[in-house]
Amino acid sequence: MQNNQVVAPKGLFRKWFDKEGSAYGFLSLYALLFIVFIVVPVLVAFVLSFTFFDTIQFPTYNGLKNYVVLLTQDDIFMRYVLPNTIQFAVLVGPGGYVLAFLLAWILAQLPKLPRTIFALILYSPSMTTGVAMAVVWAAFFSGDQNGYLNSFLMGLRVIQEPVQWLQSPQYLMTIMIIVTLWGSMGVGFLAMLAGILEINPELYEAGSLDGISNRFQEIIHITIPSMKPQMLFGAVMAIVSTFQAGAIGVTLSGSNPTPQYAGQLIVNHIEDYGFLRYEMGYAAAVSVVLLLMVLLFSRLANRLFASED
Amino acid sequence: MRKKLIKRFTGIRNSGINPKGFHPSQIKFYLILLPLTVVMVLPIIFIFSHAFKPPDELFAYPPRFFVTNPTFKNFSDLFTKMSNSGVPVSRYLFNSILITLVTIAASIIVSTTAAYALSKKRFKLKKMLFAVNTVALMFVPIAVTIPRFLLIERLNLMDTFLVHILPGLAMPVGLFLIKQFIDGIPDEVIEAAQIDGASDVWIYWEIVLPMIRPAIATIAILTFQATWNNADTSTLFINSESLKTFAFYLSTLTSTAAGANVVAGQGIAAAAALIMFLPNLIIFILLQSQVMSTMSHSGLK
Repeated sequence: MQNNQVVAPKGLFRKWFDKEGSAYGFLSLYALLFIVFIVVPVLVAFVLSFTFFDTIQFPTYNGLKNYVVLLTQDDIFMRYVLPNTIQFAVLVGPGGYVLAFLLAWILAQLPKLPRTIFALILYSPSMTTGVAMAVVWAAFFSGDQNGYLNSFLMGLRVIQEPVQWLQSPQYLMTIMIIVTLWGSMGVGFLAMLAGILEINPELYEAGSLDGISNRFQEIIHITIPSMKPQMLFGAVMAIVSTFQAGAIGVTLSGSNPTPQYAGQLIVNHIEDYGFLRYEMGYAAAVSVVLLLMVLLFSRLANRLFASED
Repeated sequence: MRKKLIKRFTGIRNSGINPKGFHPSQIKFYLILLPLTVVMVLPIIFIFSHAFKPPDELFAYPPRFFVTNPTFKNFSDLFTKMSNSGVPVSRYLFNSILITLVTIAASIIVSTTAAYALSKKRFKLKKMLFAVNTVALMFVPIAVTIPRFLLIERLNLMDTFLVHILPGLAMPVGLFLIKQFIDGIPDEVIEAAQIDGASDVWIYWEIVLPMIRPAIATIAILTFQATWNNADTSTLFINSESLKTFAFYLSTLTSTAAGANVVAGQGIAAAAALIMFLPNLIIFILLQSQVMSTMSHSGLK
């Protein structure tokens, strides 16, 4: 009797398991790590953003206070961090993206060997982000007369005195943007290059019959529409790497906060509150704002490049 | 009519995507690319040149870009030097190599198994799970540093070898690229094997893996770059010096370079930076054609 009762649900489970079990088996490793290191941290950030948490005592609920403070009382955030982040994101994101597309398009006009060499050179800076480059930039932008840029400009008599490039609020942001753009020809750039090379040549032929007379029209009417999926992939990669590059100001200037908050980006603000002031709840609220910004920009890219089908 | 025909022929010639050889119309592209790539490549050349400079050239005034009397002294200094805490530099390098190799192997297994299921298996949540992963492409790890920190503390992963490896294994971009690549394998190939009675594991190992080598190479590169260049894990999650990585060691050289250690540190830092950079370059050169063939499947619909 007892046995019969168990058999029915077990039979259902068995049936499901035979059909779909191995699929979930293959997925399990990735799913587990995905949940632990991506889903849970995002949820924790979300939950903590509604609390006061100093890492010593158990978090206490304080509603929307963190968000209200962020939007109304956090002077540093409104005066420096948000404008800096937007300026940095707009120039590095879309700027780097357009640059990557144009370079990929130009490369596609060359035969294979020179194309590969140029692609390698353009891609290689993106491999060196972070620590290895700090050595180079430190020597290049060094504040004394031994710095390469100072020595060069003094040689040209553009400047009389060495400039403290990385410590000067008026130069830091520009340098951050240039350095990040320099290293932005990454995966998205390679994807777009591959996308352009994949386009069926007959499309161009048909286009010229339809009255397309110059290369610019060709890009707008044939190249981009035929590689929308790669354009979207490239856009998402550009957005993510732009926000991920947020530590650059601290790397270059060597301090958080950056000199007079000139290079302070939202990522540094999170670290400042989280690891320097131990206001984890507040830092979590800033993290949520950052994630929402990324999502918003990606939605926008989706609008631009969504495939019709 | 005639005009159209002429246009047609010039059209074909002008739309020279992926041309076979040199054509004068390409000159303008070289003229744009050459100065730009020279600027792009200068810092890379500088890494090489700087690492081989003897002390008097490192601090020469005015500073010189290229090395004139190359020497290996910086490298021998680097490896005979102990870090401030008494750990030999070779230990950091060993940690980095081991961590990177294990992470690459684990990452390949984790992503390819999941990608095989998402591409070729039939189950109810398939579309939904792939959509979740596509949203996760937009995930910015740096945004959740703090929750990750709290979580890793709770999981007792602090100060362990595993904390270098586990957090980076679920890589949405990697899964996405491999899944797209497996989509290119015709279903008939898989079905034929199933009719012959092959198990899923056999199909995955004997059919799918050998057919997706380019995609595997790509995820290996992406994992390599993320792991090898990573100094943050050592800073945030590791206390014992003997478990830290070479990237972390280099970051300590550059941050103290601003302070007292500027003279002694620069040559060593330059040599370490070259050691950091060189494997990136070599691996990409070796695998670049595989990466390009994976990227042509990268479209996001």
